[in-house]
Amino acid sequence: MLLCVETLEKHFPGTAAPVLDGVSMSLEAGEVVALTGESGSGKSTLLHIVAGLEPADGGSVRIEGAELAGMDDAGRARLRRTSIGIVFQQFNLIPSLTVAQNLAFQARLAERTEGLDLPRLAAALGLTDHLAKYPEELSGGQQQRVAIGRAIAPRPRLLMADEPTGNLDESTGKAVFDLLLGQARETGAGLLIVTHSERLAAAADRRLHLSRGKIAT
Amino acid sequence: MTGAILTALMSHWFRRPFQMATLILGLALATALWSGVQAINAEARKSYGEAADALTGGGLSDLVDPSGPIPHETFIRLRRAGWLVSPVIDGWIAADRGRVRLLGVDPFTAPRNTAIGADRFEGETDIGTALIVNPATARRLTGADRPLVVDSAVAPGLALADLTVAREILGDTGYSRLILLPDQPLVRPPLNEIAPELAIEAPETAGDLARLTDSFHLNLTAFGLLSFAVGLFIVNGAVGLAFEQRRPVFRTLRALGVTSRRLVVILMLELLAFAAVAGALGIVLGYLIASALLPDVAATLRGLYGATVEGALTLSPAWWLSGLAIAAAGTGLAALGGLVQVARMPPLAPARPRAWAMVSRGTMRWQLGLACAFALTALMALGIGGGLTGGFILLGSLLMAAALALPAALSGLLHLVSRFGQGPIADWFWADTRQQLPGLSLALMALLLALAANIGVGTMVASFRDTFTGWLDQRLVSDLYVTTEDEAESSLLQGFLASRSDAVLPIWHTEGEVRGAPAEIYGVADHPVYAENWPLLAGTPDVWARIATGEGALVNEQLARRENLGPGDRLDMPGGWQAEVLGVYSDYGNPLGQVVVPLEVLVARYPNADRDDFGILAADPEGLRTALIEEFGLPESRITLQTALKAVSLQVFERTFAVTGALNILTLSVAGLAILTSLLTLSAMRLPQLAPVWALGVTRRQLARIELIRALVLAALTFLLALPVGLGLAWVLLAVINVEAFGWRLPMSIFPRDWAWLGFASLTAAGLAGLWPARQLANRPPAELVRVFSHER
Ligand SMILES: Nc1ncnc2c1ncn2[C@@H]1O[C@H](COP(=O)(O)OP(=O)(O)OP(=O)(O)O)[C@@H](O)[C@H]1O
Ligand SMILES: [Mg+2]
Repeated sequence: MLLCVETLEKHFPGTAAPVLDGVSMSLEAGEVVALTGESGSGKSTLLHIVAGLEPADGGSVRIEGAELAGMDDAGRARLRRTSIGIVFQQFNLIPSLTVAQNLAFQARLAERTEGLDLPRLAAALGLTDHLAKYPEELSGGQQQRVAIGRAIAPRPRLLMADEPTGNLDESTGKAVFDLLLGQARETGAGLLIVTHSERLAAAADRRLHLSRGKIAT
Repeated sequence: MTGAILTALMSHWFRRPFQMATLILGLALATALWSGVQAINAEARKSYGEAADALTGGGLSDLVDPSGPIPHETFIRLRRAGWLVSPVIDGWIAADRGRVRLLGVDPFTAPRNTAIGADRFEGETDIGTALIVNPATARRLTGADRPLVVDSAVAPGLALADLTVAREILGDTGYSRLILLPDQPLVRPPLNEIAPELAIEAPETAGDLARLTDSFHLNLTAFGLLSFAVGLFIVNGAVGLAFEQRRPVFRTLRALGVTSRRLVVILMLELLAFAAVAGALGIVLGYLIASALLPDVAATLRGLYGATVEGALTLSPAWWLSGLAIAAAGTGLAALGGLVQVARMPPLAPARPRAWAMVSRGTMRWQLGLACAFALTALMALGIGGGLTGGFILLGSLLMAAALALPAALSGLLHLVSRFGQGPIADWFWADTRQQLPGLSLALMALLLALAANIGVGTMVASFRDTFTGWLDQRLVSDLYVTTEDEAESSLLQGFLASRSDAVLPIWHTEGEVRGAPAEIYGVADHPVYAENWPLLAGTPDVWARIATGEGALVNEQLARRENLGPGDRLDMPGGWQAEVLGVYSDYGNPLGQVVVPLEVLVARYPNADRDDFGILAADPEGLRTALIEEFGLPESRITLQTALKAVSLQVFERTFAVTGALNILTLSVAGLAILTSLLTLSAMRLPQLAPVWALGVTRRQLARIELIRALVLAALTFLLALPVGLGLAWVLLAVINVEAFGWRLPMSIFPRDWAWLGFASLTAAGLAGLWPARQLANRPPAELVRVFSHER
């Protein structure tokens, strides 16, 4: 089992009902799962907790059998470096680095640069002409493609994306989604993707729906 | 409506008390350093003015006898002939820490409305026998057996008395001069019929002293201006950020129907309120700084120029008002850019705090161009010369050029250094540091200026100390210095010392005008000790032998530089004779020109020369001193050991530069503060840059450490760049400014140990400044970092 979430709880101070109220789910290697839910239902919160970016209040998250709650800050950081690739809705890139540097950045952090073929990756993402540019010189769709490239470059076992196409128009969004899907399939990673789009969710292997703090399949 | 808008705008500051504190502190510091320096300058200038006024009777001409005092009979003859003149006796009396000038005046004939007129003495009941002095001088005269009348309007270092009192104290030798009253009768016999020996002397103004001390005050003003500019960097940062962060508020206000003009006016009101608060605070701080520094400034002016300045501050309302005005002007200057942007902003402009911190590549190019222009100006100033003003133009352009070139230079250096970095974090570190440069460049420029000023002034002071101590060692050839009462005592003393000392060297001197400026003329005895010890800067090969045979003269460096004199030149001496210049010697710390002639020549040409001072060579100076006191009966106060003289000279020297040292440290602290505020300001805006790195698996702790290292690296690189700038500054100070201001040139010495200390200090300052934002980052809740990805900003 790549990812196993059990009875996860999260409560933000100042809100009456818990955001996550006993969420359980799992993800196999090579599987693509779409996570849907109303705005404010806690999708991003779930993703953040799984990535170790935010602590949970109860329950457990295991990635390849390792319990997140048992790790310290440095341990979680190492896990993010080496095992997880994550793409947010926006502002993924490091503004002071070029596209090429951004693409290679996480692979170099994880020390997994052997076998990394940057020109090929860039070509697959349609970024060949933009490698020397800075993020602010790219369009939104191009920026998300760089973020995807950066996430898959170290070949993480778990890929997560939080509405990666939310800021894009429909056809661009579709292209980006297909790219993410294709890359996940190619590398054999498990992919958890948050989306509002029915059409995109339909392309996944499985769908999970988050509502009132619980997963309804 | 205005009130509601103001509340909306001001709420920003109350929600960010730190930002408000930064703004007020920066402005207050800038105002404080500026107005403190102004207070010191004003106080010193006031003292010169009073002194000159009292000594000259307020800009009136005098009658003098070039050959000596004027007898009472001459005065009577003039009065009878209708000349309206008032007699003055001018002399010195002993006082604690030296001597005090005693001015005996005749209140009934003295001109009214001057420092010595009869109206001046009305109500002073005890005037018959008393000395009228100001409080500070009174403290120095507590040992005098005279009643003292304290009057704070009397110039420092001066005692006024009735003629009879002065005559009692100084002896009845006649009048030093006669003041010519302003309203003379139209018809009166010409002077050369009544008293042909008298000459009319035009009023001596405060000009001489003012000219001499101008350079010192210019120096202080330059320092004040530098600190003010450094302080404005802080204000500019705080105001700029506040404007940027309030863009959404501006936008909302505009959407609600507030015109951009009204918005700008209200923002100006807000700034004015800050300027008033910070200005008041700064004035109080400035007063504290000025009163803390004034005693040292007074010592400097006494030591360097012989000018007397009172050690207490009295401030005029104009000073307080000008402090507030400079605070308001500074705020306006620092906020100008922001206000213009607000005035031009379209109603729906988005907030972009990051863009505010990022200055485009174009700006850097533009700064570099300006730097080149300043460098060119510096070169031109160096080539053309042009006195003290030229020197300061050179200095100012050099500093401006260096400051403006700093961002480009740092960027280049970072580019170079980044080649040595390995790994993704290092790559990101260098790239990110370079991108952060524009946001930090103002603070770094401030640091560069403060460091360069420190290195430059430090090198100058240390070079001066080096040269000065070596010179003192050589120059003070005698072991013991004594002053006798009169000639009778002098010959007794010479008899007494004949068997007890190795040599008695008369140090007789007089004063006179050489090439139109007051100068001292000294006589030296023919003794080998001079040839062995006097450091000559230039001279004919047989200079001492020729002096011994009674030929020629030596001049000090000041006079030689001013009049362009060298060995072989002929110099017109007072009394209508010429001397050949044989050599030039260095004479640090003396404001006057000096000519040294053989003793016999001095005695022959100037029979009235002061013949009271002697230098004595002795194997056991301490023992001889005791003998002089106990056996010869010479008062202790008239004997000085060479070692004591040296100690006093060095002490004067140290105090002279204590002010510069204090201002140096203040400027450096302000620069440190500028870095701290810039880093804190940036740290709030840098989350979007740091969050992705953190999300990819770099811990907050690591990020914090990297931020700290960045502050250190930038400070270190700035220090490296400040070194050559500081050395250039030192060279300008030693080889241009000093020569113009004082008349002497000092060899430049290098003190790497001082640099190491300064480097350490600046790294510590930057480290401390970086620590706070770094700690903030290490403890920042992950939720805040996560929010970067999920919220629209
Ligand atoms: N740091 C926080 N402090 C307090 N409440 C928070 C915090 N972060 C999220 N919440 C609350 O938790 C709930 C879930 O937020 P979350 O961002 O996970 O929703 P989401 O499903 O991703 O919504 P969307 O589809 O709009 O992105 C919301 O009600 C939100 O207000
Ligand atoms: Mg979300």
